[in-house]
Parts: sequence; structure tokens; C-alpha cells
Amino acid sequence: MTIHGAGRTAFRALWRNPLRSSLAMLGIVIAVAAVVATVAIGQGAKAKMAAQMAALGTNLLIVHPGAMNLHGAVTGAGAVQTLVLSDAQAIARELTDDVLAVAPVDRSGGQVVYGHQNWATQLQGTTNAFLTVRDWPIAEGRPFTREEEKSAAKVCLIGNTVKTQLFGGEDPVGSVIRVKSMPCEVIGLLAVKGQGGWGQDQDDVVLMPWTTLMRRIVGTESDAVGMLWISAKSSDLVADAQNEIDALLRQRHHLAAGAPDDFDIRNLAEMQSAMKDQMSTLALLLGTVALISLIVGAIGIANVMLVSVTERTREIGIRMAIGATGGDVLVQFLVEAMALAAVGGAFGCGLGAGATRVIGQVAHWHVVLSPFVMVATLVVAGMAGIVAGFYPALRASRLDPIEALRYE
Amino acid sequence: MTADTAAVIRAIDLAKTYRMGDVEVPALKGVSLEVLRGEMVAVMGPSGSGKSTFMNLVGCLDRPSTGTILVAGQDVSRLSRIARAKVRGRTIGFVFQGFQLLPRTSALENVELPLVYQKVSGRERKRRAVAALERVGLGDRLDHTPARLSGGQQQRVAIARALVTGPELLLADEPTGNLDSATSVEVLALFQELNDQGLTVVLVTHEPDIAARAKRIVAFKDGHLVSDERIRQDRSRPEAA
Repeated sequence: MTIHGAGRTAFRALWRNPLRSSLAMLGIVIAVAAVVATVAIGQGAKAKMAAQMAALGTNLLIVHPGAMNLHGAVTGAGAVQTLVLSDAQAIARELTDDVLAVAPVDRSGGQVVYGHQNWATQLQGTTNAFLTVRDWPIAEGRPFTREEEKSAAKVCLIGNTVKTQLFGGEDPVGSVIRVKSMPCEVIGLLAVKGQGGWGQDQDDVVLMPWTTLMRRIVGTESDAVGMLWISAKSSDLVADAQNEIDALLRQRHHLAAGAPDDFDIRNLAEMQSAMKDQMSTLALLLGTVALISLIVGAIGIANVMLVSVTERTREIGIRMAIGATGGDVLVQFLVEAMALAAVGGAFGCGLGAGATRVIGQVAHWHVVLSPFVMVATLVVAGMAGIVAGFYPALRASRLDPIEALRYE
Repeated sequence: MTADTAAVIRAIDLAKTYRMGDVEVPALKGVSLEVLRGEMVAVMGPSGSGKSTFMNLVGCLDRPSTGTILVAGQDVSRLSRIARAKVRGRTIGFVFQGFQLLPRTSALENVELPLVYQKVSGRERKRRAVAALERVGLGDRLDHTPARLSGGQQQRVAIARALVTGPELLLADEPTGNLDSATSVEVLALFQELNDQGLTVVLVTHEPDIAARAKRIVAFKDGHLVSDERIRQDRSRPEAA
């Protein structure tokens, strides 16, 4: 029998009992839909994460003050202020081969007021280097001057969200806003950055010179910094830069050989790979669930095919009497099982794609429907059908035509 | 022996013993029989006489325990399952008591089925199936499913299906068993007509008046061939027309 003929015969046989055929397919439909949807959601999350990581910059290194062994008690990370402003200056001065820019960063929450408008936002003390590290252009106005950074001048750059909240459509540059109780001139507006890697609004920020934040808002004379944001000259130089920073900081902090670091350098590539690992674990988990449902679907098909073979014993006898070989019968039932799985798979793809769209819209998730995954899933479903149909088909092909013809 | 009188069936000391657990049940105990081309043979005998076993062996549905059976000159006694399926498809046409058509499948497609297994192309298949259905007088019922056909028409479709491969031998197992007497006469007349055209027909029946339409009657009893008589008959009897 030709493949074409076998296909036609199979579809006719399945069409004769639509309810049973659709119930048999249900398992495969759900399994394939689950695979398509989970993969689409997983891929979407991955793509979004990758995009956000890339936006943050793969050249980025972040140094935090680390744990310090104080009289035998190990304090937690950041408990002791071991990182100081001069560390930042030293890195910028001495590691010019690999390091593009170094910015001290400290943050504080605070209310900002302009006219009748007020807004709670994040105050960030840093230097112009931060704009380089974050690759964050100024949309309007100017950056800080060296003098302003040194003298803790009452100037700031505002993010677009802050501008919208305080000024509406008005031009903010040159206006004076109140940051907590300090009057502060807006010297520039930052370009729109959008949502950050963890969903926060990056434009909801007021940047001011690091000295301004520390001396005037926080009110401390200490030179300890919360973190250093450093960007390497290229992503290839990240590892070199990390090693050099490590060596330089150890030297500056007078750490003996063998003593642990009193700071902590992280690069985004590491964070990225850690997140990727988590994603892979999640994908593996979802994939396992999908695989199990595929197996359950295949068992459903095997079950129906077994019933079908028994029910159609006489038909098998007729076919054999008029010249069908065991192989012909085997192929016929295999194709039927495969057709069940393939049709179920096609419906499953449709259902999965639809569900993915709905989930994407309702939950505002980024989803990526990949045609390759759908085709691959269909092929796997078809193969599951063949595996599921093999035993029933083998039984059919081994029937004795005399017995089969006599079967009531 | 010329081609015209060649034996379509030649059974030599044919025996079949079934094994049921530890008990051996002899169903056929050494039968020798020759059916020549163009004969129409009625096979009679009570149930358990061995006639069904004989027919299964002739139809290549089963293999003999001992002895030899040749169908259209080919020794089929030791053939594999696959080889026997091919012989069935090419050489033998089957007509069963219960018609054995595929339900919810048109007459045309039922008749095409044997050709499907011989890998005949679609267009040729259809041409030959239509010709076979026209030959049994159902040229206007091509698209009807068995449920929409009378018993006699269904049996004609079954006969067309048996004829479509151009077999050497037509085997009919109680072909009128499910039909009323008027329809039986019609179907039997069709067999006679096909036989007149040169087709060898072997039919199993337990009705003497059906058997009387054949040219030869063989009878089985207890696994043996007990009688074999050729009958001269006047084919122009009015009720056979």
C-alpha cells in the first residue's frame, strides 16, 4: 500500500469514530499545547533577560565593600565601610589600560518638590563617570562639572519620570527643585532608559554629585562608598580588569597574602550565567512535565489503538484475505496512530499558541513563539504516536486471517 | 495437458491436523483432488467434515500439515505468510457468506481494496473497479455504501471485489447463505455467467439445489473426500436465466 493510500485509509478509519478519535487525541493535544506554551514563555523570559542584561552592559563590574574579619567575628557583606572614594580614584588613575570609567554610587530615598508637585524618588550620588558606565546620555542640559563634584554643589540631573511628575510638559532645565530640604538646580534631563532588569523604573531617579548626596543629604563626612560601578573597555577585558582591580584594592587595603578580600567584585556575565542556570533548571523542569504529559498522551493513543484493533478484527481478516500482508496491516495501524498523534499535535500547537498569546497579554509577559519548536514538537508527537501504535499494530499484523474472518 | 485443461487446484494427499493443547484433532485426513480450469465445483458436507479446512488450504489462508497443494500450478503448501498473502491477492478471489464488505466505505472503494494491496495506481485502480462493478451489474451504484445496498447487491459488490484482480480461481463460502431464495438464484446465475466466461469457481454450500447448478459436486465427510460426481445439466433451464 502506498503512503498516500495508507494516510487516506487512516483518516477514514479515524473519522468513522470521531468521539473516540478526539478523546484519544486529547492527551496529545494537551501535551503539545503545554510544551509550546511553556517553551514560548520560557524563551520570552530568557530573551527579555538577555536584552536587559545587554542594556546594562556586559562590560560592567560592580564592587561592593565585603565582609571583614573583626576580632574573630565575620560581619556580613557591606557591614563595614571598607571601600572609599580614593579607591575609585586610584582605579581610574592606575588601570587605564582596561578600565573605561569608575563611578562611586550611593543611594538614598527622598522626596523631591517643585511648586505644588512632589514625588518620592531615588536619590543617587555619583559622578559623571556613571553616565559613561551606564552609557546613559543626557537628553537636555549638561553633566556635572569637576568643580561641582568636588564642592558638593547643589545641582542635579533628573530622570524622565521625575521630570513628568514634577514638571509635566514644562522644561525642567534651570529650575530649582527641593530635594528633601535642600534647594537644588536641575542642570540636565537624562535620556529615557525604560524598565530595568528587575522591573524597576530606571527613569525614576535624581542624580547628584556623590559629595552632594553624602555631605548635604545623608550628612556624613565619611569617604566610604556603597559601591563602585566600573566598566571595562570591552567585554574581552572584563576578566583582566577584574583581576587588576582585585590586586589594586588588596594592595590599597593592606591585605596580607592569603587573607580574604574585604570587598566583592561581581561582573554581569557571572550574574547573567547564574540567571541562565536558573532559567535552564526551570526549563528542564517544565520540559520534564511536558514530556510526562506526552507519555500520558501516547498511552491514551496506545489504549485506543488496542481497542480499535480488537473491534476491527474482521476488517483485518478481510484485508488479509484479499491480499494484505502482515506488513500492510502493520503500516495501516501505525499510520493511524501517527495520524492521531499528528492531528492531535496540530491542534495542540494551535491551542498552545493561542494560550501563549492570552497569557502574554493578560500577564504582560514577553513570549516568543518559535515555529521551530512547534515543528519539533509535532515531530516528537508523531514519533510518540508511532511508538504508542507499534504494539497494537503488531498485534493486528499477526492475526490469523481465518480466525479474524470468523470473529464476531 | 494443455493450458486450457490445466489444473487450477491440485491437492495431493492433503492433510491438516489442529493442535488443541495436548490433543491433536485431525480435520483433513489425506485428500487428493484436481479442479481443472473452467470447472464450477460445489463442495458439500456437514460441519466438521473438513470442507472448510480444505477451502482454507485452497485459499492459502492456512498451510497443510502434510501433503501438497498447488494453486494455478504453484506449490503453496510451504509458502510463508507474506508469500501466501501475495498468492491470495493475485490468484484467488474470495466471496464470503456474510459479504464481508468494509462498512461506511463506498462500493467502488471496497472493490478497489485488493488493488490497493497490489500497488496499482489510483487511476488504473478506479478504471478496473468500475469495470468489475459494471460486470456484476452495479455500474450505477459506485458511491453507495454497503448500508444502502440490498443483500444481493452487497454480495455482487463482494463478487466484483473478488473479480477485480483478474483471479484464476473464485472461492465462494456459502455465497447464498444470507440471501433469500430469489436473490440466491440471481447471485448463482452470476456465478454461472462468470464460469461460462471461463472462470474457475469453487463454492461451498449445504443446499443441494444450489449445488445442482454446478458442473461437479464433491462431498466431504470426517476429513475424507467421499464423493466426486460430474453432472450434465441443461443450463438453459428457465429459472436459471
